[in-house]
Amino acid sequence: MNNLAQNAGIKQDHYLQTIKKTPFYNRQKEWDKVNQWHRWGEYTVCDVFESIAKEYFAIRNSASLFDLTPMSKYRIKGPDALAFMNRLVTRDMSKIKVGRVAYVIWCDDAGQVLDDGTIFRLGENEYRLCSQERQLEILKRNAIGFDVEFWEETDEVAAISFQGPVTCRILRNMGFSDVETLKLFDLRYFDFQGEQILISRTGFTGDLGYELMVSPDKAEALWDAIFEAGKDYAVRPIGGNALELARVEAGFLQAGVDFLPANETIRPGCTRSPYELGMHWLVKLDKGVTFNGRRALINEQKNGSRYRFVKLDVEGNKTACNAYLFDRKNGKSIGATTSTAWAPSAKKNVALGYVEMPHGKSGDVVWAEIYYQKELKWNRVWAKCLVVDKPFWDPERKRLTPPADF
Amino acid sequence: MTNNYDILIVGGGHNGLICAAYLARAGKRVCVLEARGSFGGAAATEAITDKCRASTGAQFLYQLHPQIIADLALEKHGLRYARRNLPTTVLATDGKHLTINHDQLTGENVSAADQQAFSEFMDEMQAFAKIIGKLIDQPPMDIFDLDWDDKINSVKLGWALRFGLGKTRMRELLRIIGMTMFDLADEKFDNDLLKGALSFDSVLGTQFGARSSGNVLKYLFRHALSNKSEMDLPYGGMGSVVNAIEKSAAEAGVGLRSNAKVKSIDVENCRVVGVTLENGEKLIAGTVISNTDIRTTVLDLVGSRHFEADFVHATTNVRMRGVAAKLHLVLSEAPDFNGLDPELMKGRLLIAPSAEEVELAYNAVKYGELSERPLMEISIPSLCDDTVFDGDSDGDGDCHLLNATVQYAPYALKGGWNDENRAELIERCITQLERYSPDIRGKIQHVELLTPLDLEKRFGLKAGDWDHGEMALDQMLILRPVPGSSRYNLPLDGLHLCGASAHPGGGVMGAAGRNAARMILKGEAK
Ligand SMILES: Cc1cc2nc3c(=O)[nH]c(=O)nc-3n(C[C@H](O)[C@H](O)[C@H](O)COP(=O)(O)OP(=O)(O)OC[C@H]3O[C@@H](n4cnc5c(N)ncnc54)[C@H](O)[C@@H]3O)c2cc1C
Repeated sequence: MNNLAQNAGIKQDHYLQTIKKTPFYNRQKEWDKVNQWHRWGEYTVCDVFESIAKEYFAIRNSASLFDLTPMSKYRIKGPDALAFMNRLVTRDMSKIKVGRVAYVIWCDDAGQVLDDGTIFRLGENEYRLCSQERQLEILKRNAIGFDVEFWEETDEVAAISFQGPVTCRILRNMGFSDVETLKLFDLRYFDFQGEQILISRTGFTGDLGYELMVSPDKAEALWDAIFEAGKDYAVRPIGGNALELARVEAGFLQAGVDFLPANETIRPGCTRSPYELGMHWLVKLDKGVTFNGRRALINEQKNGSRYRFVKLDVEGNKTACNAYLFDRKNGKSIGATTSTAWAPSAKKNVALGYVEMPHGKSGDVVWAEIYYQKELKWNRVWAKCLVVDKPFWDPERKRLTPPADF
Repeated sequence: MTNNYDILIVGGGHNGLICAAYLARAGKRVCVLEARGSFGGAAATEAITDKCRASTGAQFLYQLHPQIIADLALEKHGLRYARRNLPTTVLATDGKHLTINHDQLTGENVSAADQQAFSEFMDEMQAFAKIIGKLIDQPPMDIFDLDWDDKINSVKLGWALRFGLGKTRMRELLRIIGMTMFDLADEKFDNDLLKGALSFDSVLGTQFGARSSGNVLKYLFRHALSNKSEMDLPYGGMGSVVNAIEKSAAEAGVGLRSNAKVKSIDVENCRVVGVTLENGEKLIAGTVISNTDIRTTVLDLVGSRHFEADFVHATTNVRMRGVAAKLHLVLSEAPDFNGLDPELMKGRLLIAPSAEEVELAYNAVKYGELSERPLMEISIPSLCDDTVFDGDSDGDGDCHLLNATVQYAPYALKGGWNDENRAELIERCITQLERYSPDIRGKIQHVELLTPLDLEKRFGLKAGDWDHGEMALDQMLILRPVPGSSRYNLPLDGLHLCGASAHPGGGVMGAAGRNAARMILKGEAK
């Protein structure tokens, strides 16, 4: 190894490391019955531990643990932190007080979405940004002229998503007193074995649930404490497949699936504005300060959008996977589905997708041409799809504070 | 004094004044705010000694648009010339100098073939310059959102390119536009001095060498900007040109405030509302036009937070890196350049003995160093302008001023500028001059050197870049100063640019100021 680099403390063996294991890896491995893993960021994460059905129903009926560690996490800190955040994202961040989390979306100057994610306001001048995609380059660009520091903390924070109707009960069993007073999108620090644990009432399942963040060396202790406190509540780890089902059912967007980050697209027309993703409520054109994409989005409001994001209630039981959408049966192609599922709790065949304007208003009908295979043979059906407004799954318990006790 | 205007202009360089004059003539209430005690920016006549005053920044006038001279009645307001149609003489150490007068070459070593080739070359350049000139008079087209004027202009341009130029010349234009002058000149001519001069005109003011690709475009641009490449020395120095513009502006009703440095351009609710001066005074206007460069405007005066991030990023990447210094030598008597005809001494003199020498001089600057043998563009204004000296320092009435632009001296000099390397540069300049005028050292009575850092301090030229952003293909035309902002509008409501940062760039030209005024008036008419 190069001595100079070594002396300068530059790690030179990073390329030897093929893939990282999260601090929850060993504990998760104990549950692994099918050996289905994939890469997320630099880490390996599980698709399914045992069966997608068991795991999905843990989310909806008991308690589920999903390893969030690979999610990109950044700390942003400094006197200009609020101004920085407010310029970065389309929401009015001055409305997000200390102790709150905000779901946000951010754009490039052309008003095209780069990513969505959550911003945790940890202190007056301190935030954590969590996102699917890497953001360091974007943060760097955004920091020009702002008195802020920022750094990536993905590896320094062990994060786990704890979702399901009995999760609050289990957290109380763990001794986190008053955790039941956390409202949706609240965050709070609690003591945990001599350290601090950050608990927020957030998640990607459309259900009651929390996200827990600790230092990596407390990860296994946290895992064990959850199972100990939840031994009567059928807690189980879940893989990405069950989570995917829950998030489509809840109607949440996934970067790279329902939209492509604008900085990674090449072809014209392949990016999306927040309006084209149905995120009108996240864009505050009149927040009084400039933010990325503002001028383009004002123009889009004036001149109209190209696409509309749609949630579809699909007729029949064949999922509209990779399906084109048409204005009529055998009509003109107007869009496509991007995420699909048979939604077990909503008991509906659902899809997320896009259509060209002005199609796809709430209550409209569009048609999907669905191809499916049965023992090598391809079949095709036309399915009528109803455009719906509300998420397919939106139980009251998601918001109820304090949550129901069990 | 009112503090409420329709339009405030930050910076009273010649472009700011011209922009103001046009706007005031269209009925706007305009005020120009200039940081310095006098107007004109890098177009200035200033004291060099207590008895000598001359152009301390720009010295040759060859780009000021005739339309501006007419519109603003500059001759009525005092614009005069000390000498017009200056010939350019490229100095040779052996006294066999080369003089260029339009397309005519004179000198001992000029071959008939070179003369023939040069006439053809100049004819061709003139034809190309005419085409490019069409791009300069206009605000750059917005090719992604053509309005009617753009469409008409683009048809005219296409027509001129294809039918005006003809097939052969159009091909030639496309062939040479990305070339290096080193190769192009080498292809056409034998004479080293000629190749040196062409190379010099392709790199002046820019961190380019003779072998930098795309410098032919810069040469063409320079031609297109100039009035048939006629060069004049204004009587009273460059400051007198500004005085005429100033008077015209004042007559049109422009408010003119010097010693009024703008501290910030103020923004409320995502639009410009006015400015705050260094002394705390606030002035109100819905439109603010900046005559200073884009980086200073965006990053220092407005603040990056009032712009979107990609634009800010693009702005921080605008290359600004001055490479020229200014040398003023007061001489006890007229210099002698190895017997150069005194008439030709009243013209423009170049030290650029060959394309190789231009490239060699450039090598140093790549590494943050001073050229060993710097290139020079020289005038001796005292030979034709009686305002330069107000009595001699030695009283015998034959003092002269040698006014030289010196290249290359990088703004970002390795180790930073200090007394030592400043003295080193002066020494290298004088040694270089001695090669062409062996007895000059003994005649020097006073030396003033303005390094790029001094130019920044004195004229507010960021990084010593008098073009307010390097004139390279990626920063020209619709890409100037940054893509998406080429039409004098910055992406902040009410904020505009009118200086050299904007198309068509630097030089005492006024085109940016005039175009900006037209665009602003047109925007309002819509
Ligand atoms: C050494 C030298 C030699 C040159 N030779 C020639 C030549 O021979 N021929 C030629 O055509 N061109 C020449 N040029 C280039 C030419 O001088 C410039 O390109 C031109 O003057 C730029 O004009 P401008 O009005 O756009 O900007 P500037 O002249 O730069 O004017 C900008 C003005 O804004 C003011 N300002 C900046 N910040 C503030 C603030 N915050 N508040 C208030 N005011 C502010 C500055 O003080 C300045 O007066 C030369 C330049 C130099 C330096």
